[in-house]
Amino acid sequence: MKNAWTMAELTFKEAARKRLLWMALLVGVAFLLLFGLAEHYQTFGARATPLVRRQIVGTQFLVGLYALNFLVLAMTVLTSVDTLSGEISSGTIQAIATKPIRRDQILIGKWLGFTGMLTVFLILMVGGLTVESYWITGHKAHHILRGFGLMWLESSLLLALTLLFGTIFSTLTNGIIALGLHGLAFLGGWIEQFAFFTNNERAATIGVLASIVMPSEALWRRAAFEMQSPLVGVFGFSPFATAAAPSGAMVVYAAVYAAVSLGVAVRVFSKRDL
Amino acid sequence: MSHGNGLAIRTRALRKTFADKVAVAGLTLQVPRGEVFGFLGPNGAGKSTSIKMLLGLVGPTSGEAEVLGEPAGHVETRRKIGFLPEHFQFYGWLTGYELLQVHGRLHGMPRSRLRDRIPVLLDLVGLSAHRDKRLRDFSKGMLQRIGLAQALLNDPELVFLDEPTSGLDPIGRRLVRDIIKAQRERGATVFLNSHLLSEVEVTCDRVAFIKRGEVLQTRLVEGSADLQTTVTMRVKKVGAEILSGLARWGTWVRLDGERLSFAVANAEVLPEVMRYLTSHGADVFEVIPQRQSLEESFLQIVGDEGEL
Repeated sequence: MKNAWTMAELTFKEAARKRLLWMALLVGVAFLLLFGLAEHYQTFGARATPLVRRQIVGTQFLVGLYALNFLVLAMTVLTSVDTLSGEISSGTIQAIATKPIRRDQILIGKWLGFTGMLTVFLILMVGGLTVESYWITGHKAHHILRGFGLMWLESSLLLALTLLFGTIFSTLTNGIIALGLHGLAFLGGWIEQFAFFTNNERAATIGVLASIVMPSEALWRRAAFEMQSPLVGVFGFSPFATAAAPSGAMVVYAAVYAAVSLGVAVRVFSKRDL
Repeated sequence: MSHGNGLAIRTRALRKTFADKVAVAGLTLQVPRGEVFGFLGPNGAGKSTSIKMLLGLVGPTSGEAEVLGEPAGHVETRRKIGFLPEHFQFYGWLTGYELLQVHGRLHGMPRSRLRDRIPVLLDLVGLSAHRDKRLRDFSKGMLQRIGLAQALLNDPELVFLDEPTSGLDPIGRRLVRDIIKAQRERGATVFLNSHLLSEVEVTCDRVAFIKRGEVLQTRLVEGSADLQTTVTMRVKKVGAEILSGLARWGTWVRLDGERLSFAVANAEVLPEVMRYLTSHGADVFEVIPQRQSLEESFLQIVGDEGEL
């Protein structure tokens, strides 16, 4: 386990040293600033009834989280996409894999390092957004911890999948597959939402099937469902709010999906030639 | 360094195929402990794949390989192994000092030992002045030097060096030679993969000639005993009878006027050959024995067609 920690520390340090984490945080701060300004003007400048204002503020909070979620997912893929495939193709991994460290410890270490970095980022951003929103508008987020957990799981799932594809494919192919799969899940989520409103079972099945192939977007929709105020739920459907929320079973499925992906990644990496 | 059979490496019919390509056909090799062992062969002979199999980076298709008495790739045995990959490179954001720290920690070395050991190694490879420089600012030769330092960090019993002088200037090459010598003196085994035959000739105790992933021949380098010697003489009164008599020592014999040439597998037999010639009435005016160079052996054994 000590070896895995060394790898985790190295991975975390890499992100910090490459200024990647700092740049992401800078983008995050700019994002919070923009969000704060919008919240401020909506609260103090808009000519709307208190009820409409509450709806707008609530929706805006979800919009913020939605954009934040996208930022986290992009960061997940961009930071980890090259870590295995790049080191295998450059031969860097050879100097590590010939040390007294098992292959599973290398991979789990990297996973821990990236997870640690993404968790810190997510805590800062979700925390920042929640505090800012409450401070400016008085909006109290619903089930923020539950929402945070689901967003974290979504990022972990994408990370596990990127690591898995990194053990098999080149960096570019890995990136295309990971983002492509998430795109598929995104489309599936929309199909399911539309199907809910038109009561179309076949279309709903297609949406669910897409979520089974790639459950990442289902986790966001569940997170949005948990965090939205009941009023926003009635408002309608949008990428930010959710009418047809994925079930608890889908969340469990996504967690198992992430764990299995990581397990397969460990197995493939342990067996492959370097 | 107490291990049973006196061998640092032992392989039997080690084979690796990639799809339909045979990288290593069947490597059978024995590397005695404490020796500097040269691994020679043309490009594409399967040298790097063989090293990778011995280190557990590549899994063999069939066959056996034992390193320091354990199956190749055994995780704990790696504590006693050092490895310099060909064209060493590592994370560019680390400094030279940090790189050695990371590798030391992966070896499980305590921080206190690393504090003492790292400056010694940086000094050894001539990088003390660049300890805080990032690897991305290192030249090719500096990378190779820091790679060499990480390979020696744990005082390994067995060091694999894959083309250690690639990218090095003459001073760097000299440094590698001295380091290899120092490793032998402290009792370590060095497995050297190099295509620079002159370098192998001055550093190795024993060499194996590889072609298409098979050992064609293994021989000692030092001392003439095991190397073929070509003898050229200026002689008179040498007839067919004497020539056929010479065949008992020579692998080949040729007479061209007064010039008699033949090759013996062992230079130790030369006095006996001389006695034979004079006792059979031949006049000998000049004797020039010439030990075959490693390069000549290489070309003779491996062939000169090259395999790129």
